[in-house]
Amino acid sequence: METVFIIEKFILITVVFVLTLVIAMYSTLAERKVAGFMQDRMGPDRAGPYGILQPLADGGKFFFKEEIIPAGAHKSLFIAGPTIAIITACISSAVIPWGQPLTFGERTIELQVADVNVGILYIFGVIALGVYGIMLGGWASNNKFSLMGAVRAASQSISYEIALGLSIIALLMVTQSLSLKDIVAQQSGFVNWNIWVQPLGFIIFITCAFAECNRVPFDLPECETELVGGYHTEYSSMKLGLYMFSEYINMFVSSALMSALYFGGYNFPFMYELGLSQNWITIIGVLVFFLKIFAFIFFFMWIRWTLPRFRYDQLMNLGWKILIPLAVANIVLTGIITLIRDTYFQ
Amino acid sequence: MESLSNRKKVLEQKPMTFLEKIYIPAILKGLRITIKHFFRKKATVSYPEVERPYSKNYRGMHSLKRDEEGRERCTACGLCALSCPAEAISMISAERQKGEEHLYREEKYAAVYEINMLRCIFCGLCEEACPKEAIYLDGPHVPADYLRKDFIYGKDKLVEEKFDFKQESVTSE
Repeated sequence: METVFIIEKFILITVVFVLTLVIAMYSTLAERKVAGFMQDRMGPDRAGPYGILQPLADGGKFFFKEEIIPAGAHKSLFIAGPTIAIITACISSAVIPWGQPLTFGERTIELQVADVNVGILYIFGVIALGVYGIMLGGWASNNKFSLMGAVRAASQSISYEIALGLSIIALLMVTQSLSLKDIVAQQSGFVNWNIWVQPLGFIIFITCAFAECNRVPFDLPECETELVGGYHTEYSSMKLGLYMFSEYINMFVSSALMSALYFGGYNFPFMYELGLSQNWITIIGVLVFFLKIFAFIFFFMWIRWTLPRFRYDQLMNLGWKILIPLAVANIVLTGIITLIRDTYFQ
Repeated sequence: MESLSNRKKVLEQKPMTFLEKIYIPAILKGLRITIKHFFRKKATVSYPEVERPYSKNYRGMHSLKRDEEGRERCTACGLCALSCPAEAISMISAERQKGEEHLYREEKYAAVYEINMLRCIFCGLCEEACPKEAIYLDGPHVPADYLRKDFIYGKDKLVEEKFDFKQESVTSE
């Protein structure tokens, strides 16, 4: 491997990593702002103009708080919990294509950290690992409520992972590829977006993504009314911060995944009709991609202040009795339509 | 029986229609409501910078008034203490000596006048009971403090500042 390639990838990884952290950081502020606005109040606006220094202040507070590890806790696993959560959250963004390749003279720079040809499987694998962070944390705390939260998280995650995978299968039948780069490249322009061919799949996917991120209305692992605090009851200072942070990173990554899989990723309407040079299309494409991601993050928050939390049996009902059959039906439907199209309209 | 308010509603228990069952229209309806609030005018005031004016009948901290010549109006009759339902007011009266006519309006005055702001419920009955128009609840908020004893306000905090009545009336015209 040539040195330039390694440097290039290193820079890209750093940029993606920093960007992920900054976006997660400011999601916490945005969440509080959105919460405030939806409740007819202002949200935090004391630290810096419009409160833009609030995440730094929160971070500082997290670092300086007293760190407590309960006496009965399994110490190494207690520390491993948030570590796994944050690591899995951070590495899942590796296969997301951020834009078309940039060209500088001879060199073309891919705006994707790793073009794995089973990109989607990689993401699913990493997301499935993420629940270990929550489970280990909850179990190692030696606290009944934490354990309950962890068990809930595990069963919820498994239940919704099935529907998530099934909804993706229907999408893969349309795209014929597992590589995220190919899937995004297929959706150039506006009419080719996968949302038009897979609307039902998208609804299932977004519901399961909410559940996988432990976001409202599926935030049962951490409901303070029933479980004190849920799986992170015993956590304090930055370890709690890491759990929170990984939740926001997950939210960012799943927003990126949703816009890449169903909303065309970096593609935007009339991208080739405007007569721009390739590099400009790439730059605008990246901006458009981030716009879509932010829209989804906003949607996550919007839902949070609209819907109440599910009861646990309702959650399981929705997962097993509704979403999984729907996802299977979606696969069958997609298969039939593809078959008809290929035999009669080709 | 007809209800008094006429707002009683009979609970309907029809089976849910298909649209209600799939839940998504209800979600969209909810999303519409919350996004409306997102753009609505905010009810909050950025407090230390912007202060909302009090209403006209706001009752704040008590002040003991002076008359046109700057003499204390209070005659220590004790009606305010008597009318106080929280028993927050206590006073010790004293006789006006010769040479103190410019300080106190009546022959009797309050040597010590204390209101316990922790007991006071700001009902305004002292204001109503006072025959001499000496006490009014027209001050600002009672500020926060660290010790309970600091909430017992004496005359040093209650009696209003001396002012030149004549000059005041000239400038106000």
